[in-house]
Formats: sequence, C-alpha cells, structure tokens
Amino acid sequence: MSTVAVTDAVKRYDAVAALDGVTMTFREGEFFGLLGPSGSGKTTLLRAIAGFVSLDRGQVLIDGQDVGGVPVHARNIGMMFQNYALFPHMSVAENVAFGLEVRGRPREEVAERVKAALAMVRLGGLEQRRPKQLSGGQQQRVALARALVTRPKVLLLDEPLGALDKHLRQEMQVELRRIQRQVGITTIFVTHDQEEALTLSDRIAIFDSGRIIQEGAPMAVYERPITKFAAGFLGEANFLQGRVTATEPNGLARVALEIGGEASCKVADGRIGESVLLALRPEKITLSTGIQAGLNALRGKVLDVVFSGNSTTYRIAVGDQVMTLFKQNLATGTVAPGSDVVLSWSPEHLVQVTP
Amino acid sequence: MRNRIGPALLTAHLWLVLVFLYVPIVVMAVLGFNASPLYALPFQFDLVWYKALAGNAKLIDAGINSIGIAIVNTAIATALGTMAALAFARYKFRGQTVMQLLLFPPVAIPWLVIGTSMLVFFYWVDIKRGLFAILLGHVALSLPYVIVVVGSRLATFPRAVEEAAATLGATPWQTFRRVTAPLLAPGVIGGALFAFAVSFDQFVISYFLAPPGVTTLPVEIYGAIRKGFTPEINAISTIIIVVSMGALLLTARFYRFGGER
Repeated sequence: MSTVAVTDAVKRYDAVAALDGVTMTFREGEFFGLLGPSGSGKTTLLRAIAGFVSLDRGQVLIDGQDVGGVPVHARNIGMMFQNYALFPHMSVAENVAFGLEVRGRPREEVAERVKAALAMVRLGGLEQRRPKQLSGGQQQRVALARALVTRPKVLLLDEPLGALDKHLRQEMQVELRRIQRQVGITTIFVTHDQEEALTLSDRIAIFDSGRIIQEGAPMAVYERPITKFAAGFLGEANFLQGRVTATEPNGLARVALEIGGEASCKVADGRIGESVLLALRPEKITLSTGIQAGLNALRGKVLDVVFSGNSTTYRIAVGDQVMTLFKQNLATGTVAPGSDVVLSWSPEHLVQVTP
Repeated sequence: MRNRIGPALLTAHLWLVLVFLYVPIVVMAVLGFNASPLYALPFQFDLVWYKALAGNAKLIDAGINSIGIAIVNTAIATALGTMAALAFARYKFRGQTVMQLLLFPPVAIPWLVIGTSMLVFFYWVDIKRGLFAILLGHVALSLPYVIVVVGSRLATFPRAVEEAAATLGATPWQTFRRVTAPLLAPGVIGGALFAFAVSFDQFVISYFLAPPGVTTLPVEIYGAIRKGFTPEINAISTIIIVVSMGALLLTARFYRFGGER
C-alpha cells in the first residue's frame, strides 16, 4: 500500500493548460475518483502519475519519493485502459504472466501467481483463450488480473468500464470494489460518469479546466457543492439567484429570491444586500397542492411530467424560471400539467455556491 | 428467381477471371513436361527439359544472381522500410506529408524511365554497372512498397498495448521485442514478400544496370526468348511459379496465426 501525492502540477499543451496547478494526496488503500468533463485534466493527471506525461512544473510523489525522473516501466504501477489493451497475440495466461516474466520471476512462481490472479477475478479455466475469444466483461477481468498480479504500489484506472453495457457495468463496479478492498491497493480512477464515481469512490475530486474544483467524500461533495459547476456536474441542481434581506438569530439569512418569494439558508457572509447564488437538488423539493406559499415555499405551475417507473420528473414554472423536481412514486398517480402547485424544501438543502 | 441469377452470374464471372489468369500458366507448365522441342502435340510426358535446365550453367548462374540479389534486397529494404514506416507513424517532423507523398510516384513512374535515370545517375556519380548497382536500384524500387505495407499495419496498431506493457514493467526493448514486433510481423512479412517479388521480377532496371557477362533470371530468359527458345524456359518458369506460390501460401498461413487485430 502506498500514498501518492501531486504537488502544484502544471502541464501545458501549447496555450491550453491541461493541468493548472493541481495539488492533492491519495491516501493509502483508498479508492479515489477523478471526475470532470473531457479536457478537464483528469486523464492528464492520471497519465502524469503513470509517467506517460512529464509535468512542466510540480512533482508526483509515490510514498514520498519524487518519481519525475523514473520511467513508466520502473514505477511499479498497475494500469487498466479504456479498451483493456490486452495483448492480442497472447493467451489469457500469457497476458497475466507478462508483468512477472519481464521482471524475470522464476517459472513456478509465475505459474502460481497467474493462477491465483485469475482465480481472484473468477476466470479460472480460460487460461488458454485469446482475448478476442472473450466477452467484454471477461476481457475486463483479464486486464484487472494482469494489472494486479505484479503487486503494484498503485492501481490507475482510465475509464475502464466505459466500453461495457449498463448491466455488465454495474456488475463490474461491484466486482472491482470487492477486489480493490481485498487487495487493499491505492486506486485512482478516472471517469466522466458521475454515478460510477459516487458508487465506487471513497473520495472524489471534480476537475474543470485543469484545476480541482472540489474534493471530498462523495456524499459531502454532492450535498454541499461549493461552486455552480460542481453542483451542476455532479447530479442535477436548480439555481436560484437572490439577495440577503435580513439575518435571523439562528444563524440563517433571509434571502429574497429573484423569481419571487423568500427563502432562508446559511450564507458565507450574511451582509444585508449581498447577492447570493443558491443551489437546490431536484429530489429535495416537496411538491404540494393546496398549501400556502410563504417562506421556503414557492408557488408554481406544472409544465410537463415525465414518469419513469420509480420516480417522476416534473418541470415547473416558477416566476420566469423553470425548476426541475424529482418525486419518488410513493403513491400512484401524478400531478397533471397545468396544475398550480407549491414547491417547498427544508432550509439545510439550499446551498450557497459561487457562480 | 431473380435473386438466384445474381449470385450465379457473379460466381460465373469469378471463374471466368480465374480461367483467364490461370489457363496460360497451366498450358505453359504442362508443355514444360512435353517431349517436343517445337511444342508439338500430342502430349508426351518427358523430363528432358528439366534435365537440360540442370545442365544449363548460364540459366543457373542467372538464377543464383537473381535469388541472391532478391534476398539481400529483401533484408535491406524490409529493415529500412520498417524503420521509415515507424518514423512516419510515430513521429511528427517537418516535411512529413511531402515525404510521404513522394513515396508513391516511384510506384507509378514507368520502370523504363526510372531505369534510364538510374543508369545516367550511376554513370555520373561513378558507380559501375554490376551486381552492386543492380542491388541499389532494387532497394530504391522496393522501399516504397515496404513502407506502404508496413505503414498500413501501423495505422491500425493499438498503441495502448505498448503503454500497457510499459506499466507492467517492460523496458522499451522488452516492449518492442515481445509486443510491438510480434504484432507488426504480418505487415513486415507482407512488405518483405513485396520487396522479394519486386526484385526477383525486376527486368528493366537489371537489364540497364547489368554489365556484359552478368545477368539475372528475367534478363537471361528475355535473351533466350529472343534467340528462339525451347521448353527449357517453360521448365524454369514453372519452378519460379511453384516457388513464389509456395511463399505466398506460407505468408497467408502466417497471417492467420499472427495477424489478429
């Protein structure tokens, strides 16, 4: 088990900064998800840790050692690639054995460890198959066994589940997490799939334009996004613009919303007259008919209704803004389009974000 | 009914093409085993022309020259061509596009023109006509074929497998030997086959660059035909065809084993 740290990493391609001063620490044995839109720098960071990208400035430290001058093959890492990158001219067993053979391990040890690695990913019996004779999920498992059999210090995953269909993907997520816990290896994982990042990671970091926007435990980042980008990228959010009108004794501020109505929420610096941007997750909103609008309760009109089995998505016009709302289908029936409704929420779900 | 006529016509067409290609070759090969020196029928089986061939020192010398040049040419052109193809595929450098475009004209320019220019150029830089000059000419001619064939293999080469090898601890040399080379082999072998065929088949350049007394097989066959010829030519041609078909089938077999995408 190892720690990986990156300090002030900068990488430019012509005028574009792929990494623009990234500092972060990956703790021993943790599963860390790097999340962001394409071109946000997450893949560049992963490739810099692997050694495929040399930084213009800053350091990559593995167990405290600066690995800047260490070539890829001497870094003792395991990596899984987007399309698995299995060796097509080798059998499953030869693929897994490769990393041990190039290290010159004795034949008996190689055979034993290959067998153990294939058993770990539940692929015993397929040793002699060629990669192209395997299904996507099986190829995935071979790639994982191959990456782990050398007992690397850190496991790097570059969108490894991207090529699988949804069902297989969920199965592999569980499998990946099981094996990662069993081996206890520090794992860094790049994905643009937010749900996958939330499911798998101990901690996540959201990237944009070569910078870390926010990092932390998935639930913390989801519930308390600090920027508009983080709130909108991880899950969905309604954004409400407002102005602080008063402070309450309980530490909350009273905010007059631009779309009409009033809300109370915690703000960073509750000066009267200050303009604030607030994020509100669609599932935190309660939809009611027949109650009065007031504090933390806005009047709206249902625009459209999308029923999707376990939940229903409503789009509701509030003032001149359209808000989205998810409702668990606890009862049968939906509110019809055109109905007048009241949206309400609890103040702790209204989160101030920077624009 | 109609949807049966289409495939039937296509099959018939295919057979017609094959017949058109192979009937002259079969007739030529069969007549090599005919006793008559005047290609007279009826057919009477005899190995007399193969025996005569074995005693024909000039043809055998020419054959040895041809095979020798072709082998050396294949080794040089394949090595240089593979390196050039790797450079084109892996590096970005000034003038790359122009250089890549310049590879194609030598394939299209008539050999007569190339042969003449080489003759003039070699005279000018004082390279004497002979086996070395012939070899130079052959290498120059076969190089573009190797670069194009290996290059097409490289175009579909999965780079990620090389990166995967590096992450698994393979040094650049181990990666090349155990991953890049085996995956590239079908392309390299295809290129080598082209280089061999271009050289072994080459008449014009060899004819222009060969001094009196030195010949290659195509040049010798051409000379023999002009003087009036015997079925000995059929015998040597049959041998050439059998050998090159054998090489081709061998390559096809290799492709199937090593040529996964």
